[in-house]
Amino acid sequence: MDLFSAQLISKQYANHKALDKVSINVPEASIFGLLGPNGAGKTTLIRIINQIIAPDEGEMIFMGRKLEPNDIAFIGYLPEERGLYKKMTVGEQAMYLAQLKGLSRHEAHKRLKFWFDKFEINGWWNRKVEELSKGMQQKVQFLVTIIHDPKLLIFDEPFSGFDPINANLLKEEILAQKDKGATIIFSTHNMASVEELCDDIALIDRSKVILDGAMRKIKKTYKTNTFEISFDSWEGPLQGILPETFQILDEKRDADLRHAQIRLPAGATPNDLIRSLLTSVTIHAINELIPNMNDIFIQAVTQQTIQPVMQI
Amino acid sequence: MRKIFLIIQREYLTRVRKRSFIVMTILGPLLMAATIIVPIYLATSSNETKKVAVLDETGIFVEKFKDSDEIKFHGITSDIRSAKSGFSKSGDHALLYIPKTEVSLPVNAIIYSEKSVSINVTSYIRNVMSKQIEELKLGARLRELQTDNKTPVSVDDLMRSIKTSVDINTLKIEEDGTESKSYTEINMVLGMFAGILIYFFIFMFGSQVMRGVIEEKTSRIVEVIISSVRPFQLMMGKIIGVGLVGLTQFLLWVVLTFAIVTAVTATMTSGDIKKSAAEQMMIQKHGMTPDISQAAPAANESANPMGGIMEAIGSVNFPVMIGAFLFFFVVGYLMYAALFAAIGGAVDSEADTQQFMLPITLPLILSIVMAQYIIRDPDGPVSFWFSIFPLTSPVVMMIRIPFGVPYLEVILSMVLLLLGFLGTTWLAGKIYRTGILMYGKKVSYKELWKWIRYKN
Repeated sequence: MDLFSAQLISKQYANHKALDKVSINVPEASIFGLLGPNGAGKTTLIRIINQIIAPDEGEMIFMGRKLEPNDIAFIGYLPEERGLYKKMTVGEQAMYLAQLKGLSRHEAHKRLKFWFDKFEINGWWNRKVEELSKGMQQKVQFLVTIIHDPKLLIFDEPFSGFDPINANLLKEEILAQKDKGATIIFSTHNMASVEELCDDIALIDRSKVILDGAMRKIKKTYKTNTFEISFDSWEGPLQGILPETFQILDEKRDADLRHAQIRLPAGATPNDLIRSLLTSVTIHAINELIPNMNDIFIQAVTQQTIQPVMQI
Repeated sequence: MRKIFLIIQREYLTRVRKRSFIVMTILGPLLMAATIIVPIYLATSSNETKKVAVLDETGIFVEKFKDSDEIKFHGITSDIRSAKSGFSKSGDHALLYIPKTEVSLPVNAIIYSEKSVSINVTSYIRNVMSKQIEELKLGARLRELQTDNKTPVSVDDLMRSIKTSVDINTLKIEEDGTESKSYTEINMVLGMFAGILIYFFIFMFGSQVMRGVIEEKTSRIVEVIISSVRPFQLMMGKIIGVGLVGLTQFLLWVVLTFAIVTAVTATMTSGDIKKSAAEQMMIQKHGMTPDISQAAPAANESANPMGGIMEAIGSVNFPVMIGAFLFFFVVGYLMYAALFAAIGGAVDSEADTQQFMLPITLPLILSIVMAQYIIRDPDGPVSFWFSIFPLTSPVVMMIRIPFGVPYLEVILSMVLLLLGFLGTTWLAGKIYRTGILMYGKKVSYKELWKWIRYKN
């Protein structure tokens, strides 16, 4: 079941198209990665989902019905450009933002106390925001994003501004939110975190979705049937003992072993590779080389560049 | 609705708690009180005695004016033409002319003078005249009641029926005997004061709105907030919140100024010379020398200056004046504040605001520059159009109102101002909505025009 889906969203600004018939489907209780190079239209899409701006065309379905203005109470949004009122105290500010999300004064206070305890930041309540370090401010910011237990959480570059320890804390917290049943849309350039966290992705480039689906499946389609083997007991050229259709991409040697990356033709299996090597060399390890998101990202975007879209 | 209330509450509380607000609230009344008290003090303490010639064709008033150290009255009997032409040689400070009336009691007087006549002189004359007329009226009424004592009359009704306001025109007289209007009447001062007050209020609190918007932009909190509320709600919440801060400050100023002025003038004009330590402190605080005590009893004998001014103030049509003031004050602010908010939304820092400020400040400054002209010709076409056009009407209409403006014109001006408010707010909302999400972009007028045309 999709918690949220956007269908054929278009947004035209005076002289450029920010989004061109973009559709995404976000399954419930999963983490959805929204990827794309700078200026691709990610932030525009996120703002449209948050109803900060309205699309020219297309519609959005939330919890099985059309997205409504009041649904912002079910959405938590951590924008890329984020900050707090510098002259206000942390407590007042958190209370203000929590109440704006529709919590009653009493409820806001109760929940904030809980989270301040959990993050061990109780001592900050009466301190002014300007006295806090940037990382501390980010913590407060994150906390008010999830304070109203939103069904849909949207994080735009959540890890920027966090040191590795706090980034890890944040990651755990995002996963905990998912376990609690929240659905998360997560926009980033950091492919390592995508790989770690996301279940599904959509890659947007030049206002269009060029790749989307479950990450597992995408990786599968981008597999090139390439394997890395580690071996020894054979000093001669490798190509001599392999069928001609097997292509050696790379070879190197360290103190103990030789390593080679071999691309198999379509239809060939790793068993075929092992079979042809078995009589001549001693195999120590064999691994399938699965492309990482970084490679997929670059490949998808550059392919798009090679086949340019029609310019108006 | 709850959200906009939360925004208003935040804007209000964070500002009212600021140190600068508290300082301004205390300093403002001290300054205003000083500007009221110092001229009174100077006027009452000047050693020069002013001679006023009284040409009273009715003969009811001439004996009633009492001499003081400051003003000496003397009656003359020549006709007005020769009195005017001989005025410059007479050495008199002013010539008071009360023309004869045929049927009713005289309620008009003209003061001719070469220099402008201070308010407390006109106030004293007005005071004496209206008292005299009221006494005459009272006498007549009482005789009437004696002959016909069937209908009981309450004291209130009686007092109301004899209440009289005297209209005094002050005209400037040249050496050759020609005349022109001079401008010391209390209603002119009042109109001017109200106009200038609106001008300052719009500037001060309008730019506070602008700075608030810029603060939200530079601190990058704005996108966090507009994911919970509509940009328009945020903008209006801020405008209303800041406006309430302004009203609070304004009310505190009025109350505190009134308290200080009353306290000080009471000390200045109190009959007995003994000064308590507290009173002395109060006087010194306002930068006045202690020798005020010598001037004070004299002032009291002739004319209590504050009393006179209060009397004169009483002659202004207050319900209309206050009603109009509040309306132009509030709606004028709302209209301009929206424009200020739009500018704040369009720029990244206060330094970038300059280029957009001009169209906003121009009409405001123009209204103040035109004030002198409008006072001279309050019913002319220029005054009319300036008091109708929404961007100048808040200041200009307030200057005109004490001179008496037809209700229809006031209502037309108000309706247009309301339309102006709706128009600028709509326009500002569009610029604001797009602008607050733009960072690091130098914005031009062309760009703003594009934003206005965006659909959503």
